[in-house]
Amino acid sequence: MSDGKPVGIVLVSHSAAVATAVAELARGLVGGGTAVPVAAAGGTEGGGLGTSAELIAAAAVSVDRGAGVAVLADLGSAVLTVKAMLAEGDELPGTARLLDAPFVEGAVAAVVTASTGADLDAVEAAAMEAYTYRKV
Amino acid sequence: MLDADFFRRWMTATAVSVDREADRLTALDSPIGDADHGSNLRRGFTAVTAALEKEAAGTPGAVLVLAGSRLISTVGGASGPLYGTLLRRTGKALGEAAEVDEAGFAEALRVGVDAVMQLGGAAPGDKTMIDSLVPAVDALPGGFRAARAAAEQGAEATTPLQARKGRASYLGERSIGHQDPGATSAALLIAALAEADGE
Repeated sequence: MSDGKPVGIVLVSHSAAVATAVAELARGLVGGGTAVPVAAAGGTEGGGLGTSAELIAAAAVSVDRGAGVAVLADLGSAVLTVKAMLAEGDELPGTARLLDAPFVEGAVAAVVTASTGADLDAVEAAAMEAYTYRKV
Repeated sequence: MLDADFFRRWMTATAVSVDREADRLTALDSPIGDADHGSNLRRGFTAVTAALEKEAAGTPGAVLVLAGSRLISTVGGASGPLYGTLLRRTGKALGEAAEVDEAGFAEALRVGVDAVMQLGGAAPGDKTMIDSLVPAVDALPGGFRAARAAAEQGAEATTPLQARKGRASYLGERSIGHQDPGATSAALLIAALAEADGE
């Protein structure tokens, strides 16, 4: 547990529509737990497909309640941009962590787990576990 | 010795050459990528030159760290964090010295290239920018012209390779026969060193 403060979740996609929709989906599946701050950082600042470091940084700050920030990313530049920002050390909240998880399934697992008041380690574990659910 | 002005000229020369070659980079990126490499890099290096005109960067390291940060913020595609990391790590390796010699720069650039390999998980032969950067760094002790020739050869040598990283890797064997746009733009970056040096 994390003193009642929820872990924040940032969803980084190449597409603003994808990031926003996945955030909605994850929030919609929470039910009645703690309100979890979820921010979408999709596409470039101009509204195109791609990744914006500025949007990611702003999203991370907006969901940081002091209990840690879990970042999920979809493809190529989204993943690389988050990793490059984390490597820098001062561009994301100190507790921010990129989760090694599938984007949609991991986001749902992360948000639902965070809504139980779980800490960042538990949120990360739940999101990573989403990789183990085989579909066939 | 190389001072901050040299590194500003390097970035400016890269911006000019990226602008000139943007259509060719995008054309290379059409069959095997998402056809935005030229426009992405043009946007990024335009932001780099604007930042260098506006913000104080008085050492070689500061110039490269500022340039790298602007690329990560503005490019939008994977080349942003990759080139951004290359320049930022190289700049940080240079430290706060007011001038660096060519050997010191070669060592710092190798630190930057290693950081790019770590970030992207690419090795030589994967058909990426690494295929021109690694030969360039290896050749750099022989001077900027040698590095430029090695980078251009490295970029051309990506044509018969099958991509193992990035968007092009989804194409499998269909990526064979196309020169890699990232290796090509990396060769422009290296070639701009010679231009900054007045060659």
